Order: sequence, then structure tokens, then C-alpha cells
Amino acid sequence: MNRMSQKAAYPYIIWIVGFIIIPILYIFSYAVHDENGLTLKYVLSILWTVHRKPLFLSLYLAFICVIVCLIISIPLAIILRQVQSRIVIFLFMLPMWMNTILSILAWKLLLAPRGLLSHFLPSVSILNTVFATELGMIYDLLPFAIIPIHTAFAAIDEDVIRCAWDLGANRWQVFCKVMLPLARDGIVSAIVMVFVPALTSFVVSDMLGGGKVMLIGNVIEQEFTNLMDWHLGAGLSLVLMVFVLLSTFILDENEKNEYE
Amino acid sequence: MRKMSMNRVNTFIPEWMKKFYVGLILIFLYMPIIVLIGLSFNNSKYYVSFGGWTLKWYKRLFTDEIIRDAIATTLFIAIVSAACATIIGTCGVIGIERMRSKKVILAVSNIPLLNADIVTGVSMMLVFTRFLRLGTLSVLLAHITFEIPYVMLNVIPAFSRMDRDIYNAALDLGASRAQAFFKVIMPQLWPGILSGFLMAMTMSIDDFSITYFTRGAGVNTLSTMIYTQLKRGVNPSMYSLCTIMFLAVFVLLAITNLRDFQKTN
Repeated sequence: MNRMSQKAAYPYIIWIVGFIIIPILYIFSYAVHDENGLTLKYVLSILWTVHRKPLFLSLYLAFICVIVCLIISIPLAIILRQVQSRIVIFLFMLPMWMNTILSILAWKLLLAPRGLLSHFLPSVSILNTVFATELGMIYDLLPFAIIPIHTAFAAIDEDVIRCAWDLGANRWQVFCKVMLPLARDGIVSAIVMVFVPALTSFVVSDMLGGGKVMLIGNVIEQEFTNLMDWHLGAGLSLVLMVFVLLSTFILDENEKNEYE
Repeated sequence: MRKMSMNRVNTFIPEWMKKFYVGLILIFLYMPIIVLIGLSFNNSKYYVSFGGWTLKWYKRLFTDEIIRDAIATTLFIAIVSAACATIIGTCGVIGIERMRSKKVILAVSNIPLLNADIVTGVSMMLVFTRFLRLGTLSVLLAHITFEIPYVMLNVIPAFSRMDRDIYNAALDLGASRAQAFFKVIMPQLWPGILSGFLMAMTMSIDDFSITYFTRGAGVNTLSTMIYTQLKRGVNPSMYSLCTIMFLAVFVLLAITNLRDFQKTN
């Protein structure tokens, strides 16, 4: 509108500097600097076995989580294409509004040795295992895959699919060559929205892994709360941040290429 | 014609199988919620056994001071932080429109959206412990920070759809800038601002990680309270709170979606 209105953005810009840029610079300074001067040992501590293993486990669990969420969401999105009623879609959105900690707590109760699921699946208790952690993650993040993928598939024009049929494509070709490319943006954003929180999660592994499952998030959390080694925690946070930025960047580039 | 082709695509999988699949996923999504609702009426303190129906956890919910405090803190932080984030974010959207560095500014303010919650929380904790004490205020500031991008996500589309000529016309017709802003711009932005505010509030109530790192001793929101209770055993009144929250969200969403339901029917 005019120069005057630019002043309206000042609080916003001050806020960004004060609460986003400065805190990140603090992480940097804690990570590469201690009372003995500059050092890289905190960042490189990621190579220690006690840190490398949780990082690999986090990457592995996040990867599986993405795959499972996609395998569940894509067929669902295709089925929901023919569902006209918005009530069904509403039913899929609703659980997302539940408090995360409460729903993970419910899973803890369900999976407990003498919990509710043990009546149906006796003898095996999966609480406090990597599997329980993965299950909790999938539960927590599934809505973030369902929503963008459903939106993308619902937006595909039926006429385009009809065209492919009429031109002799078979079911597999219609799916791979018509539907998937058209839904690509939704799938990519689903991947980012599931992968990043799964990679960095520490609550689910703490609650469902019972302290036995150490993810990189748990290591960082412990450094800041129990062990009080903030330099080490900041060094690992920096590494984690690089992984997060890298994964969003790679997927972002992927999305852009599609238009060129 | 249209119907026919749809049937052709979809006859690949039998109808009952599709229903079964959708049902299975719904069961997966609702199982924990149903469990919590069931437990809220369970007379036994131990979740493994069923001791008959009761409403006592609901009664205790309103007398337990710790829970009352946590509810009050959660709502206070949610409402105040969402209000601040909405004001700062909306002014930001209007203000940066003509700035040359608009893209960079937006990218930076979206960092909390993309970054790991744990890193956002920890980074703010490092600054807060240096410059102010951890307490309610620090949680409030942290929440405002991560809510701003959600507000902007909702306000930017409304702002770019807005017809700017009407604002200029208002000025030409003798309206003051303030009048033109409140009577011309605000009514057009209002739906975006409102949904931004609601989204910010929801994010605030649901947040755990950032609150966990930026809260001071004794400050508990519902999420952090449940987390700290885990080791000693969770107060069953939390299940009744969960039931009430679920019903509240259900009613709220049902009302806002009612118009759409009617439209499609």
C-alpha cells in the first residue's frame, strides 16, 4: 500500500530477530565454542557410538514411518475420491485435534503387559520396544500424511483418468503414470510433514520405549535436562538441524523440478 | 457418463473391501480415544481392571487444584499467545508486502514450522535462561514465536485475494487511513485472521516439546503435567478431561462444518 504501512511489520521483524535468529545463533555459539575457545568436538561428537547409533535409529524409524504412512494414505485417498460425503473426511480429521500426549498415553495403556490389547493378543508384550515406538509415531503422524494426500488425490480431474482409460492404459498405468504424478505435491508435503517430526521426536520413544529406545531426540533432551552438558546438546542439535534442513531442501528441489 | 467411468476405475477392488479398509484405519485412529473415554467412567484406579461405572473422576476434575491450575495455564497461554501472534502476524503480512526482502523474511519466520520442535525449544531456552527467568512468560514468548507462521499461513491468502482498489477508493472518497483500514481492509481479512487465531490456539494447546524446554519450575500446561505424572501414575481425572476436550472439539468442528455438510447434501 504505502511506506506508512511498512511500519506495521516492525514488531514482526523485531520478533523474528529476537526469537528466531538470535536463538539459532546461540545454538551455534554453544556448539562451536566453550570456555577454552573455539572447538569442533561437540559437533563431531555425533560420531561417537553413543550418539551415532541413536541418530541411525532415528533415521531408520523415520524412514519406515514415512513408508507406512504412504502405504496407508494413498489407497485411502483413492477410495475417498468416490466418497461424496464430507462426514467421512471429517471423521479422519477429528483424531488429529486430540492432545498428542494423551493419545500416546492411551497407547501406553493399550500396549501394557496386562493392558487392553493383551486380551486379544496374549503372551506378547510390545511396550518398551522399538516396535511400540514406531507404532506410536505412525499413529501420531498419520493424519499429517492423510490430509495432504487426500487433498491432492481429490483434486485430480476425473476426466483425465477417463482419458487414460479410453486411450488404453491399464489400472497400473493409470495409477503410476496419471494419478501419482498429479498427486506429487501432496505426497511430497506429506513426506516432509511426517519425516521431520519422526526424525526429531523424543516424547514417543520416551513414553512407549520406556527409556530403552534412545533416539537422537532423547540424547539431546537428556543433555539439556539431566546431564546439563549444554555444549554437547547444542552440538547435536546443530547436526540434527542440518539433517532437517537437508531433507526439506532435497524434497523442495524435487518439487520444483516438476514444473521445469 | 461421469458416474460410469468412476465405476470402471473403482470396480477393481470390491466394495466391501474398501469399506473394510476405511473401517480398519478409523478403528486405528479412534482406538486410543475410545480407551480414554472408557477409562474415564471406570471405577477402578488401575486401568487394567474394570470396576464398574462411575462419575467420580469428573467430579474430582473440578476440585483438583493441580488440574485446575494446569487447565487455567493452558488456556491463558493459548489465548494470550494466539492473540499476540495474530496481531503481530497480521501486521507483518500487511507491512512486508512492499519490502524487497519479503521472501527472505518469510523464509526466516517459517523456520519454526520446518525445524525440529526440540531444536526450536532448546534454542529459545538458551536465550531465555540468559536474559530472563524461565516461567510463564518464557512459555508465552515461545508460543507466540511458533504460532506466527501459522497465522501468516492463514492471513496471506486472504490478503492476496483482497481488492486493493477499494482501499484507494476509500481514501479518494475522503476516508482517513485508519477508517480505510478498519472499514475496508479488516472486513476482507477477517476470515483469514479468525482461522489463523484458531489454528494458533490449537497448536498452543497441543504443544509439548517447546513448552517442555521453555517452562519454569512449577509451570505446567496439560501436556507437560501428564508427562510429569507418567512415572507416578496418571491421575484418572485426566481421562475425563480428555473426554470433555474430545466432545468440545467434536461439537466445535461439527458446527463449523455443518454448513458444508448441508451444502453437499
